Amino acid sequence: MAEDISKVDQIIDTYGLEQKGLIPVLLDIQTEYHYLPPEAIQHVSERMNIPMIQVYQVASFYKVFSLEPRGKHIITVCMGTACHVRGSTMLVDQISRVLHVEPGETTSDMQFTLEEVNCLGACALGPVMVIDGKYFGKMTVNKIEKTLSKYMETEVVANE
Amino acid sequence: MSNPTANVKLALEELRAELMATYDPAKPCVTVCAGTGCCASGALEVKAALDEEIKKQGADVNVDIKITGCRGFCEQGPLVAVLPSKIFYAKVKQTDAAQIISKTILKGEVIDKLLYKDPVTGEKIIHENDIPFYKEQHRILLHDSGSIDPTSFEDYLIVGGYKALAKALLTMQPDEIIDEVKNAGLGGRGGAGFPTGRKWELCRQSPGTEKYVIINADEGDPGAFQDRSLIEANPHSVLEGFIIGAFAIGAQHGYIYIRHEYPLAVERIKIAIDKAREHGILGKNILGSGFDFDVTVQMGAGAFVCGEETALMASIEGFLGEPKARPPYPAQSGLWGKPTNINNVKTWATVPYIINKGAAWYSQMGTETSKGTTIFSLVGKINNTGLVEVPMGISLRDLIEKVGGGSPSDKKLKAVQTGGPSGGCIPESLWDVPVDYKSLGKLGSIMGSGGMIVMDESTCMVDIARYFLNFSRFESCGKCTACREGVTRMYEILDYITRGYGQEGDIDQLEELCKSIKAGSLCGLGQTAPNPVLTTIKYFREEYEAHIRDKTCPAGVCKELITFYILPDKCTGCSLCARYCSDQAITGEKGGLYVIDSDKCQRCGVCREVCNFDAVVVR
Repeated sequence: MAEDISKVDQIIDTYGLEQKGLIPVLLDIQTEYHYLPPEAIQHVSERMNIPMIQVYQVASFYKVFSLEPRGKHIITVCMGTACHVRGSTMLVDQISRVLHVEPGETTSDMQFTLEEVNCLGACALGPVMVIDGKYFGKMTVNKIEKTLSKYMETEVVANE
Repeated sequence: MSNPTANVKLALEELRAELMATYDPAKPCVTVCAGTGCCASGALEVKAALDEEIKKQGADVNVDIKITGCRGFCEQGPLVAVLPSKIFYAKVKQTDAAQIISKTILKGEVIDKLLYKDPVTGEKIIHENDIPFYKEQHRILLHDSGSIDPTSFEDYLIVGGYKALAKALLTMQPDEIIDEVKNAGLGGRGGAGFPTGRKWELCRQSPGTEKYVIINADEGDPGAFQDRSLIEANPHSVLEGFIIGAFAIGAQHGYIYIRHEYPLAVERIKIAIDKAREHGILGKNILGSGFDFDVTVQMGAGAFVCGEETALMASIEGFLGEPKARPPYPAQSGLWGKPTNINNVKTWATVPYIINKGAAWYSQMGTETSKGTTIFSLVGKINNTGLVEVPMGISLRDLIEKVGGGSPSDKKLKAVQTGGPSGGCIPESLWDVPVDYKSLGKLGSIMGSGGMIVMDESTCMVDIARYFLNFSRFESCGKCTACREGVTRMYEILDYITRGYGQEGDIDQLEELCKSIKAGSLCGLGQTAPNPVLTTIKYFREEYEAHIRDKTCPAGVCKELITFYILPDKCTGCSLCARYCSDQAITGEKGGLYVIDSDKCQRCGVCREVCNFDAVVVR
């Protein structure tokens, strides 16, 4: 399915055609589409006159960019040191078990993408999990299923 | 008036005078901390509830209510402080709003249940300044963080904002400013401590008329959030220092390179820039001084290596964030080949204070070689996690035990990690050293950007080393072979050790690799990546040996080496663990004893987490 990339031109116009505009342009495209559609990358390359390989180089170097479509809900688990010593790996394991996805993957129904991030800077609240921009501080393994169930279309509630 | 200089400055001073005339410091003001931490704990909902209550109870004429930047005590959020008396409420909920207005504001009563309770003495504390966490601090950069609204230009003027800018631009020569910063002894707060004045001078002296300045807000170290908080709390102070620096160096354009993971900080600095432009503080002919300067906010895209200055500049130019060999240094050839000066957020933010109060005032704080104060984010296994500003030279022990309030559990603290992935772990026995660039360096660690992660007995040092190597492995840009391949190889060895496949000789091989990687890497990332491994081997060798020889993890962290076990004498048979276990590994009769089948157990730790009787232990 081809993406409608009509907004890409508008984004490019905001930052201009110079090389220095490339990363801001890609960031905005990512915000708009939640990933970088191949059509958009090609369009950026043509309009900004930057070789396709260079655009892909930048897109694959910086971690914020995704070349794959992502799920409806983005779950981000902070893997910063403070969160790590307070058990964030256990959170990731538990989410993986509940949703059957590894970090970086999207559920087959395109509902959830599980991502790890190096530090969100909310260290005092660690371990921290973010779903669609909402922060869940001092998360524990046993709260995962219940929290996720609020975002699931068919509710799976933890047996209590 | 014919002199345009006087006009613009006058407009600013008139506005300030006008604000001061109507500003009543005695008027009650409820401030709600709205840093990322408190917002995550629901601070904005509390603010909305307070607004609502004020209207309901008809107190709107007698009280101001506003948001402030991070107060630093994130652990206790959402935080509410009632000014001017500074009554301090912690963990405030929406439902507490009614009482805060009806009791504290209207009757002047203190609400006991919202007070902070000292975990050491058990005593409840009413005023912010009496809380040990704040009492031991010396707040300069963070001084106004808890009282001004970061989105308000006027608030910054009331606390004396942009006075230093006027002084520098209108009464000082660029060389005088540089001398002042040099004499203050300010060292780069990004971690290396390079003298800021000297750095500016090198850039100023470089030939050419086109120059750039950059704020490095790409705070990538996991466990550090001072830069984020400072921008969120007092963005104008960063901007003011930046413009003064640009003037001293002779730059016409500046970039603020900030992580996209910090959306709130990006928003606040953009607001500050817009307001500054409106008031003639950015743009053409700033304050009528004839100096032109403007800034662009550039977001990082998630690459740790971009905190390195040459990589950061490549990123601004729109390329891969790969470091370049130095020399030439950025002061000679930086952004687009022009002389460029790059400093950390805290470094820029310190400048206005030095200009206002003088180099002598600043240099009396700190130690012989490290001057002034610095901000740490104190996190991990301690009671008072948050942001602290202390003079250089305070001992690690004072910082962790007095300001940090020690361990929240009965577990003993064993180490502190400073400087992120480039730093090292310092054992508890060495905590009496003063915190400055030199002393930490001697111990094999670095000051870094100021993250301090406290660890206790339940932290496995081999796992920590593995964690940091995993971080550096992903973040290595791949340019230098020693870093790209060497760090990966070290990670593999550590991973084997934590999984029980360690062999005799692994420690020696790790040390050998550390040396080669340090020697063979171009930038700081590779040169310092071995530090976490070297320090943990140096100070916690026995933990490595336990993993390698005995195949045990003394801290009970490494999954493959531990078994979960239910203590028969503590188990009450409540069945909670069995209900939570998603592997059906726990069996038993309600009211009787429950047992974990270690073959089925995936070691997720849920049972330990849910057990109300501490009956689940790791062996």
